[in-house]
Parts: sequence; C-alpha cells; structure tokens
Amino acid sequence: MGSMFRSEEVALVQLFLPTAAAYTCVSQLGELGLVEFRDLNASVSAFQRRFVVDVRRCEELEKTFTFLQEEVRRAGLVLPRPEGRLPAPPPRDLLRIQEETERLAQELRDVRGNQQSLRVQLHQLQLHAAVLGQGHGPQLATAHTYGASERTPLLQAPGGPHQDLRVNFVAGAVEPHKAPALERLLWRACRGFLIASFSELERPLEHPVTGEPATWMTFLISYWGEQIGQKIRKITDCFHCHVFPFLEQEEARRAALQQLQQQSQEMQEVLGETERFLSQVLGRVQQLLPPAQVQVRKMKAVYLALNQCSVSTTHKCLIAEAWCATRDLPALQEALRDSSAEEGVSAVAHRIPSRDMPPTLIRTNRFTASFQGIVDSYGVGRYQEVNPAPYTIITFPFLFAVMFGDVGHGLLMFLFALAMVLAENRPAVKAAQNEIWQTFFGGRYLLLLMGLFSVYTGFIYNECFSRASSIFPSGWSVAAMANQSGWSDAFLAQHTMLTLDPNVTGVFLGPYPFGIDPIWSLAANHLSFLNSFKMKMSVILGVVHMAFGVVLGVFNHMHFGQRHRLLLETLPELTFLLGLFGYLVFLVIYKWLHVSAASAASAPSILIHFINMFLFSHSPTNRPLYPQQEVVQAMLVVLALAMVPVLLLGTPLHLLCRHRRRRRRPTGRKQEDKAGLLGLPDASVNGWGSDEEKAGGLEDEQEAELVPSEVFMHQAIHTIEFCLGCISNTASYLRLWALSLAHAQLSEVLWAMVMRIGLGLGREVGVAAVVLVPIFAAFAVMTVAILLVMEGLSAFLHALRLHWVEFQNKFYSGTGYKLSPFTFAATDD
Amino acid sequence: MAHHGLTVPLIVISVFWGFLSFFVSWFIPKSLSRVVIITILVTCSICCCLFWLIAILSHLNPLFGPQLKNETSWYLKHHFLEEEDMLYGTSR
Repeated sequence: MGSMFRSEEVALVQLFLPTAAAYTCVSQLGELGLVEFRDLNASVSAFQRRFVVDVRRCEELEKTFTFLQEEVRRAGLVLPRPEGRLPAPPPRDLLRIQEETERLAQELRDVRGNQQSLRVQLHQLQLHAAVLGQGHGPQLATAHTYGASERTPLLQAPGGPHQDLRVNFVAGAVEPHKAPALERLLWRACRGFLIASFSELERPLEHPVTGEPATWMTFLISYWGEQIGQKIRKITDCFHCHVFPFLEQEEARRAALQQLQQQSQEMQEVLGETERFLSQVLGRVQQLLPPAQVQVRKMKAVYLALNQCSVSTTHKCLIAEAWCATRDLPALQEALRDSSAEEGVSAVAHRIPSRDMPPTLIRTNRFTASFQGIVDSYGVGRYQEVNPAPYTIITFPFLFAVMFGDVGHGLLMFLFALAMVLAENRPAVKAAQNEIWQTFFGGRYLLLLMGLFSVYTGFIYNECFSRASSIFPSGWSVAAMANQSGWSDAFLAQHTMLTLDPNVTGVFLGPYPFGIDPIWSLAANHLSFLNSFKMKMSVILGVVHMAFGVVLGVFNHMHFGQRHRLLLETLPELTFLLGLFGYLVFLVIYKWLHVSAASAASAPSILIHFINMFLFSHSPTNRPLYPQQEVVQAMLVVLALAMVPVLLLGTPLHLLCRHRRRRRRPTGRKQEDKAGLLGLPDASVNGWGSDEEKAGGLEDEQEAELVPSEVFMHQAIHTIEFCLGCISNTASYLRLWALSLAHAQLSEVLWAMVMRIGLGLGREVGVAAVVLVPIFAAFAVMTVAILLVMEGLSAFLHALRLHWVEFQNKFYSGTGYKLSPFTFAATDD
Repeated sequence: MAHHGLTVPLIVISVFWGFLSFFVSWFIPKSLSRVVIITILVTCSICCCLFWLIAILSHLNPLFGPQLKNETSWYLKHHFLEEEDMLYGTSR
C-alpha cells in the first residue's frame, strides 16, 4: 500500500495482441488484475462483435450447468467448492467440456424420465393390489346369494322382476378429498340401483410425481343394469378415479392379487437399480461441475474483454486500450511477454497520451479500506486530487467520540470491535451470510478506533455510564465555603440548594488536571457549565477542521499547476474564515484566560460582542475584553468583506488576461505545449488553468473552450457557497454539542431510572441481590439497544455528514471514477 | 484537595503527545505505509491535545460555582474535612 495522499499515476496503454496469443494474454491479465480495458467498439452492438459466437456458446453451456445444478440440488446433494488454480481453458477445450456436459445432461434426463415412469407404474400396481385386497365384505356376500353358498344373504334383493338381474362390480380408488362428493353424486344419479362402499387404505402411498404421501379411498360399487353401469363409469371418469377390473370369484381375485404383488416387487427392484444409477450420474456431475463452471465463467469474461478490442487493418492482431497504473507497467509487459512466448509471437504494450481523465487508483490494506470506503461513498476523487482518507482515519473516530464520549460505552464498543478483529481470519466468521453482520464486520477497524477515542473523550467528559470518577482530587472545596460562609449544619438543613462561590478564597483550588471536575456531576447547575464548555468546544473544533480543509486545497492548486489560485482563492478564503471565525475562537480563548470570578458580575458577553462586530454598533453595558477591541473588530470585518470581491473576480479576470495574452502569441506557445505533452505526462495532462470541473485537455482546446460567462458564473457560485457556507458550517458543528448532550442525558436518565432504583432497594442483603438481577438485565439491554446502537448510529451519521459536507466542500470535488481492473477474482467463488 | 495549577498538567500532556508524534515517528520502519502511520500519529496527537486543552482552559477561571443540594454539601463538608485531617493533620 503506497501513500494515500493522492491517487497513483495511471497511464493509458495500447496493447498489440497477435491473434494467436490474444486469448492467453487476456486470460493471464485477468489472473493478475492489473488493467482496465476500454471499450473500443462502443458503437457496435453486442450481436455484431467479433467473438459473439464464442460468448453464446459459453452462455449455452452455462444454461446446461444451471440445469445440472438444479438436479443436484433436488437430490439433496451439495456441490463441493472448486479447489486449486483453474485458469481459463484454451478454446479447443471448450468442445470437450461441452460434450461431456451434454452427455451428462442427457443421461440425467433419461434416467429421470425412466424413474418417473417406473414410479407411476408402481403406484398403479399398488393401488390395484390395495383395491383387490381391501375387504368389502357385505357386498361380496351378496354376490354369492346367486351362487351355491352357505352364507345367508345379508341383503334381501328387491323382489319381483329384478331378481334375475346380474350384479356387476366396479372397483377402484379415489383421492380421499373427493370421496364424499363421489358418493353423493353416485347416490343422486343412480339412486337405489347401486350399493357403494368406501373404505380407506391403512397405509398411505407416495404420489409418484410430488412424492407426497396420500391415503387413498377404495370403493366397491355393486350395481345392476347396463345403463347404471355406464352412468357409474362416466362419473368415475369425471372424478379421475383409477378403476380396476374386479373379478367375482374370490380365487381369481386372490390369484390376481398374487400376480400383482409379484409384479410390484419386480418393479421395485428395477426402480432401485435406476436410482442407484442416478446417484452414480449425480456423483459424476458433482465432480465435473464446479471446476467446469469456474473455467467457463473465466472463458466468457475473456471473450467479453476481447470483444472490446478493435481489430487491426491487417487482421493479424487485436489492438486493446487499457488503463494501467504506472507502477504496474513492468509487470504488465512481463505478463504479456510470457504468455505470448508460448505461441511463439510477441505481444507488446506501450504508453500513449490520453485526453480523458484517467481513473483514480488508491491502494489500501484492510485497515485503511474502510476509511477510504466512507470517503468514496461520497464520491471517488478526481485523478490525482488530494485524498481526505488518511486524515479521516483519525478525525472521523475523533468527531464521533466527541458526540459519544463515555468511558463505559466506549469500552464496550472497543471490546466488540476487538473481538471481531481478532477473529477475522476464522473461516466461520468470513462465511457468515447475514447482511447486518457483514456491515458491522466490514467496519471493524472503524469501530475499534471509534471505541478507543470514545474512551478518551469519556475520560475528558468524566463520564463512565454517566457516573463521574475522581481520579485526581476535585478542585472545589466545600469545606472552605462552609467555614467562610458560616454553613453550619442547621443552616444547611434550612436551605436546600446552595452555590459554591469561586470568589471566596480556598473554594476553587485550581483546574482539574484531566477533564471536567467530578463535582459538576453532583451539581444541579451542571448543564449551565457543560453547555457553555461544549458549545465553545464545538466552534473551536469546527473552525480548526475547516481551516485544515482550506489548507489541503493548497496542495491541489500546486499539483495542478494553478498557482494563481493560491493568491486569488486560498488566501482570501483563509482570511475570511480566520478573520471572522478564527477571531471568534480568539475571543473565546481570551475570555477563558483573562476573565475570572472576581469580575464575574460584569463579564463581557462574547455573543453580544460578535453581533455588534457585524452591525458596527456598540452596547454600553458590555465592557470590552481588551483595549481597542472595537477598532480591531472593525478592521477585521472590513478586511473580510474586502476579500469577497477578490474571491469573486480574481480568478476569472486572471484567466481572461492569460487567455488574451496567449492569443497574441499563438505559435510559440503551441510548440511548447506539444513538447510538454509528449514527454512524461504527469500534471501536464490534467487541467491547465481552467477552473471548470473537467480536468485534462490540450492547450489548443482550452483556448477555444474558455467562455467568460461560464467562468464568472462558476466563480460566483463558488464565492457565495464559501462565504455563506462559512457561517452555516460553523453553526453546523454545534451538532457536536447537541449530540454529546443528548448522549449524556440519556445515559443519566437510564442510570437514575433503572440502576439507582435497583441499588437503593431494601437494606436486607437477600432482597437487593435478587432484585438487582432483572434490573441489571433491563439496564444492560437498554444500554446496548438505545445508547450503543441507536446513539452510535446517530453519532456515526452526524460525524459522516460533518466530514462529507463541512470538511470536504473546502477542497474535494469527488467527481472521478475508480480503476476497476479486469480480474477474475470477483468470479472466483 | 491539593492545589492544582495549569503548568504541571500542561507540561505532562505536551511531553506525552509530543513524544508520541515526533519522537516515535522517527522510529517507524521504512515500509510502504510509513507515511500513513506518521500521519495517523500526528493527527491523533493534535486532536487529543487540542481537546484536552479546551477542557482545561474552560474551567481555568470559572465564573460561577456548582450548586449543590444541602445533603451533598453536608456530606462533602464532613467527608473531605475528615480526610484532610488524616492527610495533613490540619483543616482548611
């Protein structure tokens, strides 16, 4: 990881890839992940590019892969992860992979089809056997009344002419939820002329297609009359019942049943064989599929990259244009040399000048990646502009901690982040899919620093779960006040609230050495003191942060060769900011140092002084802080206001003058520019003098593009944004005060309402111990949920906003794009 | 209730953060991330030092004192009085 100060140098390279070696070269580049290809065929549609056939073949193969994957998943198996290094295979291997895959897919389809039909047949056999085997006693008995049988008829056949009609049977099986409907319909349609008996099978049978077990109902209908028979058959057809031939003789039925059972046993054996073969095929699929998937994905990526190259006129090689970091150029050339040497040809790469803005590349390691990430979320920096990330590593957690300051909460956050950092290499942790966990895990270094700084600011605010601690002895002495003001015990009993007066000798013994004095946490008016402290702190931190932002802009101006902006923009900006708000900071610090309790009654109000400064008025009751204060203030305001026209008109006028000067001597300048361009393009490739956001551009084009109204308009917007922004941004930093106050108050309320009640319950040892357990549980849950998660997210958001808006709009444009190299790493599982 | 001043803490804190930022920076090994580590150390020192300074300056000359409940005053008056008797043998 190099210095993160600004983006690395990125150059445009032209690659000449001989057709024989193009595939291997690009595949090698994909393994290395060095370059980003530019699409030279942007005007050509996807269907007309050169390698569209190969891409299509890869896509068809991927479709087959999806089918195989689905089959494996249906069988309940898992595909193993591919092992080892799998480079993209050469084009001739694609045929082999295709053949094998097709064969496997066909086999799988056949086997599945066979299995399906076998199961359907088995199901039929089983139903038949069940129907035959089911006893429908009374009905069968009636059948025998017409034969020579000893059994007494249970049913009297209706007398008369019907006696010589034969009874016929219809036997079958119906799904259980349809049985009542069937019964009802049979009764209504053929009433009186049939006897239907339904009975349920004891064990459920598996449905052949879905595999669900279903308990079928078998029925035996005895009827007489041909028309009735037809009606019955139509009805059973409607209900999709399975109807089987029912033989009257019991022996015949028994024989049929035996035969069926034999058949179904054979069928089950065949089915078993089929399933064994299926699992064999699936085993082969498991072996073949994962590496093949990776290889085909890589191959498709290579072809898509090759589609972006243009074909040279002699059709002997492909020309590709790619962005590559200057530092990686030797590695690039070596890779090309090696992979093309195998084919006996040579691929070359050389640098070409470019008119477009190169992409931004900032190398990060896992620690700095999260901080660069939050800067990039706002906008990726323009090529080679100053990167705010290295400072954000500290200022972001610091501003978070100013809003979150509490030793206890900070310690909890720090320990949580530490646990994640120490366990970061465990595979179980890396493989977790939960999105919220992934978010927290990705920001573990961020949380670590945030927790650490929160502990520090917690010590300064003297708050640990809202309790103050006296590490050093307090600087206020009640005893001295009591002795000198006659605070006897009786006096104390009469007055509920008494204030310590720092004017009395011995009461205030000096500032607490590290942070806020612990006596303030016992005081009723602690918010009066803390609010004043935190508001002034917010303004001081804000002005320092913003001034730092303006100073960073200096580096941008110097790097892009726009030195005039140093004098015409940075200096007026700094004067305006520091003259007005820097002076406010000076007033705050001066009052802290020079106004003491002795003159507390007539202490000057900074707010009123500041207001009068702008209105050029005077308040007689507000005494000045130092002699000649009004003169100094008037001078500062006039100076700051004088900077506004400099900011507004300075740069545009300078650019116009330079533009006119250049027009007067065209030839000399042009030679100079061209020489400067063909040399190592460093800063010269980027903007020369234009304030517009588009960086990069040749001098000749710049001359034509300089439109005065645009330049003036842009500068006017910038001036208004800066001057009004100074005021609003300084006020915006007051959120540091607001959020830290909210956090402190929430924490104190939680303590007072939950823990203090629990700790004050009962003097008996047993009662307090038992009751404290649920009370502490409630306290812990609410601390984590409200104070850590909710307040943490809130402070995170506001610290982020302060960085993105108040800090970065002083120098950062964020209008670039990232270098996204052509790499297989994203496709590797 | 020892008497505190500004000088001793100021010297201690300045030396600590100064040591951390200047002295330690010289000894960071020459690796790729040397510049970033030095930036981190310097920024951290400036931020923390500034924050501490603001805190101590704000109550260097307090314009008003804490308003205590009478129970608190009673406790502090007697508790610290006893402690001082133990420490110094005199009472203020």
